[in-house]
Amino acid sequence: MTETGRQNLPAQTPDVTSRRTRNRRPDWARRLYRNPNVVFGSLAFLLLVLVAVFADALSTHKPTRLYPAIRLRPPSLENYLGTDEFGRDVYSLVLHGSRVSLLVGGVTMLLTSLGGIVIGLAAGFSRRLDPVIMRFMDGLMAFPAILLAIALMAARGPGVWNVIVALSIVYTPRTAMLIRSTVLSLRELDYVQAARALGRGDLPLTYRHILPNCVGPLLVQGTFIFAYAVLAEAILGFLGVGVPPYVPSWGNVIASGKNTIREAYWVSFFPGAALTLAGLSLNLLGDGLRDTLDPRLRVQ
Amino acid sequence: MTRYLCHRLLALIPVMAVVVTVVFLLIHLIPGDPVSVMLGPDATANQIQATRRALGLDRPLHEQLLKFYARVLRGDLGQSYFLDRPVTTALRERAEPTLVLTLAALLVAVAIGVPSGILAGASRGSPWDRTLMTGALLGVCIPGFWLSLNFIYLFAVRLGWLPAAGYASVFVDPVAALRHMVLPAVSLGFNQSALIARIARSCMLEVLQQDYIRTARAKGLSQRVVVYVHAFRNALVPVTTVIGITMAILIGGAVVTEIVFNIPGLGRLIISAILRRDYPVVQGVVLVTAASYVLINLAVDCVYAFIDPRIRYD
Repeated sequence: MTETGRQNLPAQTPDVTSRRTRNRRPDWARRLYRNPNVVFGSLAFLLLVLVAVFADALSTHKPTRLYPAIRLRPPSLENYLGTDEFGRDVYSLVLHGSRVSLLVGGVTMLLTSLGGIVIGLAAGFSRRLDPVIMRFMDGLMAFPAILLAIALMAARGPGVWNVIVALSIVYTPRTAMLIRSTVLSLRELDYVQAARALGRGDLPLTYRHILPNCVGPLLVQGTFIFAYAVLAEAILGFLGVGVPPYVPSWGNVIASGKNTIREAYWVSFFPGAALTLAGLSLNLLGDGLRDTLDPRLRVQ
Repeated sequence: MTRYLCHRLLALIPVMAVVVTVVFLLIHLIPGDPVSVMLGPDATANQIQATRRALGLDRPLHEQLLKFYARVLRGDLGQSYFLDRPVTTALRERAEPTLVLTLAALLVAVAIGVPSGILAGASRGSPWDRTLMTGALLGVCIPGFWLSLNFIYLFAVRLGWLPAAGYASVFVDPVAALRHMVLPAVSLGFNQSALIARIARSCMLEVLQQDYIRTARAKGLSQRVVVYVHAFRNALVPVTTVIGITMAILIGGAVVTEIVFNIPGLGRLIISAILRRDYPVVQGVVLVTAASYVLINLAVDCVYAFIDPRIRYD
């Protein structure tokens, strides 16, 4: 704004205020658009979602059909990314594998967020429940994440839903801790105290004043949990305790590529590259969202 | 310090109680009858009944849990069905490769992570910083087990420099042990080095903003002395904690690396136990790993309190 503009300010004040109010949302969105991490991360992620949705249309072969005659063929015009030890088309397997990864990642993110909100709010609000819940969460977090997931899968057996449940159990304590600490810091703020003094009960207070402030941290945490879950699903599949071997998933294909690494590097290389891209997009998105939505957590 | 240590040791009790309970419940999460699942479809009714009694699964749940606690406290983790020996013996036999792998990976992670982070932090915004941090981002995103396979393909299959798999004990043949350990340790440590580098960088940036650094600069000290003598040591303090946490994470990661490189450690023990439905071994590995994870974290906190006198835990 120029000097002349500033001198005229009193006359224009109402206009300026109304424009600021109108612009608040675009401002917030603009910061997201301007963050290169968010832009690149979300574009790459969008690409993965599109691939998963249109996997049938994009693939050249049926991913589950075995063609023993053309086993371990290198990448060619016939099979873009080669074939695996059973003659399955790696390109079609990678496309279809994205479905399992995104399903497991997305549902795990939703379940951990829901579980985290319920447990975190209960711990943050009830002084009696807090120590019990938190000791239990500490106990669950004492297991190395992947090992607890392996142990749960050992008990429940292979299956997509078992993977989702196991990973949700593993990652919920992290979200619950986050929500609890957000609630604890918000609870002492003046405006929450004021709302309480006005007679608002715990539930309306939570809904109106606490939860909206949890959305930012939850979104950031959710993005990282999505990334962990996609990776953990692949690890479980690779170890043979994840989704059943006949389901095309990145981890399963990499596992089958392990047996033939000497003859056919492409079987494990391409699904692993897709997994890296998924991890990269979610990590970039998470870093960008954290910088934009929660400046206190910004990493220098 | 003693009070802090006592406090932390007491706080371990509830955490370990939860760990033991979760491990106990694993066997009860098995759908249907755990004993029929364990013994397979060929088991007779008599065998099932006998195993159920031997495992104490015919008793009420709370009684089973108390017995399990008592056994764990005595250091008895049960009997492996398949290996035909106590679980603790099996664990002891398989602990060495896992421990060696974890320590070697930690060494790699620190050797790559700390210098990269410090260098990036000291030259913020420079091409060095950008290159190193892009590398660190990739390091976080590249799945360790996939990196292992690529290393095997490149260094063992194509170039033939190193063995593709296997393990040699460092106490028997140190040279072979080193050759076998390079690829697993680098692929396991690389991910964690990225994490250490990111944290070392942000610690360095934080330290460089402090008043005493400004004083050092005002005295006319060179950038090199300011960074590597004054800032470096203080930036390392929080990094120590991360190194400890890294060690704990590596124990979990070692499971996967052992499978890729065919290393006969705890990871291969648990995966083969899962495939043979040898649940006492699964429980044993999980329990021991979680316990070491907890103890390492405790040790890290104590070291942290010891080396940084500014920290007071009350």
